Amino acid sequence: MKMIIEEINKIAEKIKRDISLMEVCGTHTEVIARHGLRELMPKNVKLTTGPGCPVCVTSQEDIDAIVNLALSGIPIATYGDMMRVPGYYGSLDQAREKGSLVFSVYSIEDALKLQKNYTNLVFFGLGFETTAPMTAYAIKKGLTVYSIHKLFLPAMQALLKIGELKIDGFLCPGHVSTIIGVEPYKSMKVSQVIAGFEVEDILVAIYMLLKQIFDNKTIVENEYLRLVKKQGNPKARREIFDVFDITDGNWRGFGVIPQSGLEIKNKYKKFNAKIKYKKILDQVDFSFSRKLTSCKCGEIIRGLKSPQECPLFKKVCTSENPIGPCMVSMEGACNVKYRYN
Amino acid sequence: MCLAFPGKIISINKNSAMVDFNGIKKEINISLTPDVKKNDYVVVHTGFAIQKMGKQDAKEALKLSSPSF
Repeated sequence: MKMIIEEINKIAEKIKRDISLMEVCGTHTEVIARHGLRELMPKNVKLTTGPGCPVCVTSQEDIDAIVNLALSGIPIATYGDMMRVPGYYGSLDQAREKGSLVFSVYSIEDALKLQKNYTNLVFFGLGFETTAPMTAYAIKKGLTVYSIHKLFLPAMQALLKIGELKIDGFLCPGHVSTIIGVEPYKSMKVSQVIAGFEVEDILVAIYMLLKQIFDNKTIVENEYLRLVKKQGNPKARREIFDVFDITDGNWRGFGVIPQSGLEIKNKYKKFNAKIKYKKILDQVDFSFSRKLTSCKCGEIIRGLKSPQECPLFKKVCTSENPIGPCMVSMEGACNVKYRYN
Repeated sequence: MCLAFPGKIISINKNSAMVDFNGIKKEINISLTPDVKKNDYVVVHTGFAIQKMGKQDAKEALKLSSPSF
């Protein structure tokens, strides 16, 4: 590890300008914080956290919608981290405290089992390409889903297009890449390295990024060769696009990003909770969902602010009593900072 | 959300496999990796195998006992 850090220092010195690298996977954020890598970087290399946590990028409207479904008596299942994200009408956890049927599941297979007892169960389906194939599989088996699944690359492209932050290179997400492969990243003219999740993986990927920048290259390299194949997992991608259409996606911090969402195809519309429970959802007042708060999750997701720059961080927003999703999710920038500070 | 764990397939029954994660055995869905066989190593995310991996890499990862290797 010491040797890689020495190489990083040497190449950073040769570059002779400030470099900003962004990690866009929540598990990378966790590894970087656990090993104090931000502090280990040369003075001119800054590591910034981007929109890599699916819970964090869920819009307030979607949280308010699912909580209202729960409060109106529809049983809801979702992955654990989503339970505590507060919306205007409270969180799913709080809905459960009020008597709603809300279940936290590890796998969508658990949701399929629950559906046997609760036939009108709705699964709140979230995550990027890594998790969307499992939801597609369950929809084919007859599970009703409220989909907030998203495609990852449009968010990276949006960051580059908005241009609020200079990004010299991306540490690309390992497990999303397991599904999508290497090719799709080539549409972006920026230095990119797909990285694994050991500390050595991250350090080697940082070195590879700096080498590309020194050589004036904007190519895609794959450091996570032991798992990410060039072609990804075609079967998993087929599963996604059998069931989902690409639509506009609503992201916290960005708003609507064109062609970034996954919505259930018409042929499976009887399993689409947004259609099935339209009458309930039409009655929800979403005007509160768009109200501005002091929470800076949106700017933190875009890499513009660090958690410490949020006025709520560690004062009223804590891991025990989170105000925004970046503090709820174990992969959120605020939660990670809170635990490793 | 994107945590994944390596494990070894010890038996297969249609789309389901019993996978050994360093001594802990769990039933895993293998429909996304249709070519896997008994004794193969796979990486598992939310109850589904998402990719097959080399024996040596998997053993190394299991030795490190890391959740996402």
